[in-house]
Amino acid sequence: MSTTVTTSAKRLNYLNVDHGMKSWLLTKDHKRIAILYLISLSFFFLIGGLMAVFIRIELATPAGDLVEPDTYNRLFTMHGVLMIFLFLIPGVPAVLGNFLIPIMIGAKDLAFPKLNLASWYVFNAGGLFMIWAMLHGGVDTGWTFYTPYSTAFTDTHVIATALGAFIAGFASIMTGLNFIVTIHRMRAPGLTWFRLPLFVWAHYATALIQVLGTPVVAITILLVAAERLLGIGIFDPALGGDPVLFQHLFWFYSHPAVYIMILPAMGVISELITAFARKRIFGYKFVAFSSVAIAVLGFLVWGHHMFVSSQSVYAGILFSVLSMLVAVPSAVKTFNWTATLYQGSISWQTPMIYALGFLGLFVIGGLTGTMLATLGIDIHVHDTYFVVAHFHYIMVGGAIMAYLGGLHFWWPKMTGRMYPVFWSKISAGLVFFGFNLTFFPQFILGYLGMPRRYHAYPEEFQVLNVLSSAGATILGLGYLIPIIYFIWSMRYGERAPANPWGAYGLEWEIPSPPTTYNFEETPVVTREAYDYTGIEEKSVA
Amino acid sequence: MPDPSSGHAFGLAHQFDDYEQQREASYLGVWVFLVTEILFFGGLFTAYIVYRSQFPFAFAMGSHELDITLGSINTAVLIGSSLTMAMAVWATQTGRRRSIVAYILATILLGGVFLGIKVVEYTAKFEHHLFPGPNFHWQGSDPAHVEMFFNLYFAMTGLHALHMVIGIGILLVIAVLAWRGSFSPQNHNLVEGIGLYWHFVDIVWIFLFPLLYLLGRNIQS
Amino acid sequence: MWKNFPLFPDRATEFAGQVDALYFTFLGISAFFSALIAFLVVYFAIRYRRRADDEVGRPEKAGLWLELTWSVIPLIILLGMFTWGAKVYIAAYRAPAYAVEYFVTAKQWMWKFQHPEGQREINHFHVPLGQSTRLTMTSEDVIHSFFVPAFRVKADVLPGRYTSVWFKAEKTGTFQLFCAEYCGAEHSLMTGTITVMEPAEYEAWLADVKKGPSVVASGKELFQAKACNTCHRPDTAAQAPILHGLYGEEVELGTGEIVMVDANYIRDSLLNPTAKLVKGYKPLMPTYQGQLSEEEILQLISYIKSLGDEPDEEDKPQQETTPEFQSEER
Repeated sequence: MSTTVTTSAKRLNYLNVDHGMKSWLLTKDHKRIAILYLISLSFFFLIGGLMAVFIRIELATPAGDLVEPDTYNRLFTMHGVLMIFLFLIPGVPAVLGNFLIPIMIGAKDLAFPKLNLASWYVFNAGGLFMIWAMLHGGVDTGWTFYTPYSTAFTDTHVIATALGAFIAGFASIMTGLNFIVTIHRMRAPGLTWFRLPLFVWAHYATALIQVLGTPVVAITILLVAAERLLGIGIFDPALGGDPVLFQHLFWFYSHPAVYIMILPAMGVISELITAFARKRIFGYKFVAFSSVAIAVLGFLVWGHHMFVSSQSVYAGILFSVLSMLVAVPSAVKTFNWTATLYQGSISWQTPMIYALGFLGLFVIGGLTGTMLATLGIDIHVHDTYFVVAHFHYIMVGGAIMAYLGGLHFWWPKMTGRMYPVFWSKISAGLVFFGFNLTFFPQFILGYLGMPRRYHAYPEEFQVLNVLSSAGATILGLGYLIPIIYFIWSMRYGERAPANPWGAYGLEWEIPSPPTTYNFEETPVVTREAYDYTGIEEKSVA
Repeated sequence: MPDPSSGHAFGLAHQFDDYEQQREASYLGVWVFLVTEILFFGGLFTAYIVYRSQFPFAFAMGSHELDITLGSINTAVLIGSSLTMAMAVWATQTGRRRSIVAYILATILLGGVFLGIKVVEYTAKFEHHLFPGPNFHWQGSDPAHVEMFFNLYFAMTGLHALHMVIGIGILLVIAVLAWRGSFSPQNHNLVEGIGLYWHFVDIVWIFLFPLLYLLGRNIQS
Repeated sequence: MWKNFPLFPDRATEFAGQVDALYFTFLGISAFFSALIAFLVVYFAIRYRRRADDEVGRPEKAGLWLELTWSVIPLIILLGMFTWGAKVYIAAYRAPAYAVEYFVTAKQWMWKFQHPEGQREINHFHVPLGQSTRLTMTSEDVIHSFFVPAFRVKADVLPGRYTSVWFKAEKTGTFQLFCAEYCGAEHSLMTGTITVMEPAEYEAWLADVKKGPSVVASGKELFQAKACNTCHRPDTAAQAPILHGLYGEEVELGTGEIVMVDANYIRDSLLNPTAKLVKGYKPLMPTYQGQLSEEEILQLISYIKSLGDEPDEEDKPQQETTPEFQSEER
């Protein structure tokens, strides 16, 4: 299981095989590209997080006294735009997916390594447009860009930001295309679909969404830019257009987009739970098919963002019932993960703390989602903090916790180093506690009626807002600490063996860090996924 | 690395186990890309369907302004270019180096004719104040929705033309490579790939033509 | 800060009670399942804590019945909540036919209310207790959203068309009004109040407030001032439709399409007359784009709505709307 690693420091691996900027900036190695993405994503995350800090400081008092209303509007818009387009959507796939998928399927690299590198450049180009827009005053439309405000009324840098999203969207399409072809065509001998790690299934389902959904928002963005630039009226009612058509086209992508953000995270959770319970996943096929079901059904529910938008009552009814259907596969996965814990051998390592935290928080986020899908409730809570709380429970309590859990799990593999365990547990605790304190009060605020995107509010909402801002402080601390110790570990961390966790998987059979081509020779797979009974001596739980 | 002696222009990329895997991966990649293109155009087709069903009269009037003769010629030209493209792929599969170049050049030529006719059409629209924006002017009824027709006409045909320009650019590169003997019956993924792309662009036009040009056939001037 | 710390909003209509019942039931179900999962996770994590470094878990056979059970039971619960929610939703958007109609025009960043009797208010709206009140709303610029938490009602207010909400206040008091769709710089300041008064008080208040002519009377005046009556009259019926009794009827357009003559149709006909031309009529009507404010359009619509079936009937301005169903304007 663990190999002695006295010589690993001198051993050639993908990190030290080549030096210099050029070897990184022109690399074709999927592992190096994953690290490049890690750096870019962390950068955009920090800026988006900074926006959130200002938002929460402003909201600690009822009056809008920290910044001008106009400034506040730009802050929350950039927070959403950066976090969604430049962090969450690339997120797990660009970092963990890129690093692990070839290894997990026994391949030397992705199907199109140059396309992979190109996607990183395209992504950064998109990010650059958005940063440029931000430095020149930003945008104040909200990340949803509703017309006609975004096309005919605001004088902020809508086109630059929208083009940034357009360009970054291409990076997403390229990644998705790469993953689909790779998973179909490059699996090692013996690795049938039903022997794949669920992480791979999750990324496959995600890739389907990336490839099918992103082009629709791309063309929508172009139409918005054209409308602004040429003064034509595709979505502007004053010129004969229909603003609700914009909403349909926008949400047709942006709802599946949220599944782009959560499905890979769910894939990570499947890996963490099996590794730290040392047990096969309960109901493998159900979890695998649920991923695909979520991807498919996710395309049918976009209208649940528009229940009060003047779409017909019948459309509302249809979208509501479909939204209930899409919740079922997520429920199935949650029950299967929980059942995997039963009679497992559970270790309380940091990645598992994140995974267990995910389970609780994702359930709350998901159930409040079904509450929002309930028409009678949504009338009241649409566009209030109830919605804000719901999506942060999924995206932060869910996706980001899974991302952090995955980073902690695979960090030794990616870097050959361990992080300080004590501090990792402290920050996991801070993240969990800080997150709940930040966002749980927002459910209450939402039902009370506090609308979204408000920088001043009635006094009776203050106590809950102060609790939320206090939680945000703790959460922020919980995010900063890992940044510090991860960087510290690159130099001073204990060197990691090939399999520090005693986990099962192709990635744990190669050295930490791996060599450039991953495997000495192509593995032949004969065992099922998560086959923990096959390894070593087993004292059964 | 290129290995002309074995007829393999581009060699086997390091991530693949064998040529068959490389070829199958290329094809699947091109097909997935074409699916994204369908969705990309799909947004515009959706907007067209929505507005046309709401304002059929205005759309018919707008369509009536388009030149059906030129549109029909363009349709024939594009179908012809798909034929020459298919012949180019066949020539690659059967190792006819000169023919590959000839057919690709024919495809480029026909594509150029298409774009030339489009330039003629667009110019006429500008002159008749039918380009959307501040210079748009419509004498008849419901100008706002006639302009909507032209918004979509220019957006859809413009996006299509852009795809043709990119396609022609790639074809020029392929023509040069073909002249240099880079393709063989064993290695012609690139030609097949661009062939698929070209056929796709053709099919988009086959949908655009009736929706945009034939709508206004029955309107009396 | 600690003095006024509500955890739950005021409930000022019976409908609010319906929404709350739905919400708290679903909340209870969610709390139950959240607690269940949380408990199981923590319990399993402790009970099956790893005791030796090389220990592995004991896998069991996947149970198809278990999978089906925990798929079907949540589905049934969700469909139940959906059904209940849909009923509440339909009730929210189907105003009773006898509801009194008021007009709301939203613009950056204020709310303009118009009473049928002619009173106008800005941001602070007065209504009588126990009256079914329907608001027909439009925006002069961008999308806004009319939201009264205490009534549990919300509807987006769009430029270029009409949307509506209705409510029946059953508690006196002053309740918060918010704009709930981001609309630009002062979105958070686009707030107001709805004051619900006892009917007698309301009448007194109405009499006190300076008012202009009633909405229908204003509409009638406009109908003459803008020369609508030069074409829309009996002797020119071949060129322009008679408007009496037309509201709420279905007409066939030149394209063969059948449309309902409702507020949206009249508005479209005023601003873009040739777009939805009734069959048999030539495109002669000029457009009034730029010549009518949103309020004036609403007044004209009210007047047309009030026209009886015969052209030579005395055109009394009516405050009761004709008993057509009013839900088609969504």
